[in-house]
Amino acid sequence: MRYLDEFRVPEAARELLREIGEQRAGGTFMEVCGTHTMAISKAGLRPLLAPDIDLISGPGCPVCVTADTDIDRAIAVAKTPGVVLATFGDMMKVPGSDGSLASASAQGADVRVVYSPLDALDMARSEPGKDVVFLGVGFETTAPTVAATVLQARRDRLLNFYLLSFHKVVPPALRALVSLDDFNVDGFILPGHVSVIIGSDAYAFLPDEFGMPCVVTGFEATDILQAILRLVKMREQGAALEVEYSRAVKPEGNPKALAVMHEVFEPCDAEWRGLFVIPGSGLALREEFLQMDAGCWDLELPEPSRDSGCRCGEILCGRIKPMDCPFFGGRCTPDTPVGPCMVSSEGTCASYFLYSEDADEPRGGGE
Amino acid sequence: MRVPDRFVTMAHGGGGTRMQELLSEIVFPALGSGEVAAAEDAACVDVPEGRLAFTTDSFVVSPLVFSGGDIGKLAVCGTVNDLAMVGAEPLYLTLGLILEEGLAFDVLEVALASVARSAAEAGVEVVAGDTKVVEKGKADGLYINTAGVGVVPRGVKISITGAMPGDSLLINGFVGDHGVAVLKDRGAFAFDVAIDSDCAPLNALVADMVGAGSVHALRDPTRGGLAAALKEMSVASGLAFEVDEEAIPVREGVRAVCEVLGLDPLYVANEGKLLAAVPPDDADGVLEAMRASPYGRDARLIGRAVDGKKGRVSLIGALGSSRLLRMPSGEQLPRIC
Amino acid sequence: MCLAIPAEVVELKENELALIDIGGARKQISMMLVDDVGVGDYVLVHAGFAIEKIDEEEAARTMELLRQLAGLDEIP
Repeated sequence: MRYLDEFRVPEAARELLREIGEQRAGGTFMEVCGTHTMAISKAGLRPLLAPDIDLISGPGCPVCVTADTDIDRAIAVAKTPGVVLATFGDMMKVPGSDGSLASASAQGADVRVVYSPLDALDMARSEPGKDVVFLGVGFETTAPTVAATVLQARRDRLLNFYLLSFHKVVPPALRALVSLDDFNVDGFILPGHVSVIIGSDAYAFLPDEFGMPCVVTGFEATDILQAILRLVKMREQGAALEVEYSRAVKPEGNPKALAVMHEVFEPCDAEWRGLFVIPGSGLALREEFLQMDAGCWDLELPEPSRDSGCRCGEILCGRIKPMDCPFFGGRCTPDTPVGPCMVSSEGTCASYFLYSEDADEPRGGGE
Repeated sequence: MRVPDRFVTMAHGGGGTRMQELLSEIVFPALGSGEVAAAEDAACVDVPEGRLAFTTDSFVVSPLVFSGGDIGKLAVCGTVNDLAMVGAEPLYLTLGLILEEGLAFDVLEVALASVARSAAEAGVEVVAGDTKVVEKGKADGLYINTAGVGVVPRGVKISITGAMPGDSLLINGFVGDHGVAVLKDRGAFAFDVAIDSDCAPLNALVADMVGAGSVHALRDPTRGGLAAALKEMSVASGLAFEVDEEAIPVREGVRAVCEVLGLDPLYVANEGKLLAAVPPDDADGVLEAMRASPYGRDARLIGRAVDGKKGRVSLIGALGSSRLLRMPSGEQLPRIC
Repeated sequence: MCLAIPAEVVELKENELALIDIGGARKQISMMLVDDVGVGDYVLVHAGFAIEKIDEEEAARTMELLRQLAGLDEIP
C-alpha cells in the first residue's frame, strides 16, 4: 500500500534504535495520542527502548475520556422510541453508570455502528420515520468530518438528523497537563492526525512557554523512533517543536477543515473522565444548529456511579502505569472493563493488556 | 409447481401437501437420489471400520449469498472441516433447514445447489434432513443446522491437544478473506474489493498432509480468526507458541480493508483454513504436500510450539520484539481511533 | 485518534465525492475538507473523508532518509 509500506522499514528502525542507544541521555516521554500508544505496543517498541527511554501514555483517547454521564446520555438517547443512534464502533462497549451502548442494543435500543458520520446521514435520508442521532466523539481529526456532515444535513434540509457532541480538542488538555505541579516528563510525542488538521503551530506554546521539547510524528515505527531520537537530542540542544510527519502535517494545518469545524462548533468546557473539567476543551454546536442538538433533549438519566476505585485518571496523566492499578487484569479486563482505559481498543490499559509482555503478570494486587 | 409465488409461506412448513411439494420439487432434486430422497424418518447407513467422529454446527450467515460462496457451501464445508480437524474421513451429513416466511425460492435453490456441489467435492452424502418454516422476522432468511459423521481410520490420532514442544505451526494460506468478503457484501461499510470467501472443504488436504508426515494437531480458525485458533491450540496443548507475525500470509486487499476499518486480520473469520502442528522434521514434507493440494497452495510455516506457559502466544514482530496475543473479546468492530 | 490511511484518488465525482483506492480496495469518500486534489493524488482518509493531500515531495524526502538509515539502495 503506497505511502504506508514504504515507511515500514525494519532496517531503518533498527538503525534508529541503535542511534537512540548511543545518546548519552535517555528520557521519559509522553505519547499523547492513543493511536500512538497502540502503534508503539504493536511494534513492540517499549522493551526495545527500555531502560533508558520510558514512554508514558497521555490522555489521547477521545473514547477513554468521555465522561460516564455523557455515555449515560447517549444510552438514554438510544433508548428513546423512534430513535436510531449511529456511532463509531469504538464507543459500543464503553461503560456508563448502567451498562453500555452494546448492552442497550441487546435490550432493544436501535444502535448501529457506522464507519463515517455520512453513513448516519444516509440512514436519516432513507428512514424518514426515524430520528437518527449521530454520536460525535473524537478530537480535531474527527470533528471536521462531523461538522461537514452537519452542514450537509442543513443543506439537504434533513429534519430527522441530530448530533450528540462529545468532541474534545487537544491543545487545552496539553496545557492543563503541562501546568500540573508534578508533571515530570521530558518531552511530548505529539499526535499525527490531529496535527494534520490543527497544524504544528498550535503546539508552539509547549517549547515557548514551558520549555517542553515536542515532535509531531506519524504512526509507523520509523516515525515514532525518529521522534524519540529528536526528543532525546533536544534535551541537550534545547527544547523545540519539530515535525517528523511532514508528508501530512503543515504548520498551519488544514485551513479548510478548520473553517468547517469552527463554522459548526464553538468551544465549551468539557469533563475528561478520570481527570477533571478542562475549560474550553470541548466542542458544542453553535446556536444556529441547536435544533440538531440531541444534547438538549429532556431525558431520564441514571444516577451517576460513584467513584469505583478506578485509577484511569492517574494512568491518563502518566502518573502510574496500567499494571500499577489494582483492578488491572483481574476485575478490569477488556471483557469486563471498569474504566474507559480498558474499554477502547486504543485505551491505555487495553493496549497494555492486549499487546504487552508485562501484562501477563499484573502487579498491584490483582484480584 | 402449483404455488403461484416463488417464495416460502407458512404452509410449506405445515407437514402437508405444500411441504411435500417443497421437498419433492426443490429440496430432493438438489440433493440427489440417495438416502435423503427415501424420506424415511431416519437414515440407515454403513459405517466402515474405525472410530466414529460426530459433529454438529449451525449456520446463520448474512448475507446468504456472498462473494465466493453462500450458506449452503458454508454449511457443508464447515461440517466437513470439523470432522477433518480430528483426522476423520467425513461420510454423512444431515441438513436441518429453518426457512423464514418470504424467503425466495431462488435463494433456497442456490443454497441447495451449493450443498450438493460441495458435498460432491468433499465426497460426503446428505442422508437426512428436516424443514421448518418460521414467521417473517424470526429467522434471517435461512438458518441451517447440520450434523456430520465420519470415521477416524485406525492409527490416526489428531487432536487439538496434540501439539508437542518444538512442533512447527503451519497455515494453509491467506487469512481474513472470508470475514472481509462477507463484510463487503453486507454493504454496511460501502467498500469494494476483489476478495472472495475462502470457504472450502479441507478433508482432502488433511489426507494429503497425513500422507506426507505426522500431524499432531489441527484447528480451523473460523470465528475469532487465526488468533482464536492459536490461543485455543496453545491452551489445549499446555504449551506456549511463538508466531512470526511477518510470516502470516494476508492478501493486500484484506490488509487494506482492515487498515481502513481498524480491524486486525488475525481476528477476522476464515472458512477454508487450518492451523496445524507437525513435528519439525516433517514440516518441509508436509508443506510440500500442502502446496501440491488445491487448498494449500499458499501454505506457510508461521511459528513453533515451545515449552512455556500454557496459552501464551507470542507474536514476534519485524523488529524482533514480541508481544502477547490475546483471545478476541467478542465481535471485532470497525473503529476510527 | 486516529486511524487515517493514505489512498489514491482514482475518480472525482459530483457533490464533492471521490472514489479512492487503497491496495485494491475501493471506496467513495467526501472531499468536502480538502482543495486542489486531482486524480492520481494521494489523500489521507479518515471516517469517510479526505482530510489532507499527501505532500509527495516531503514523503519522498522521508523515504530517502529511511533509505539512508537502512543503508539500502531501494526501499523494499
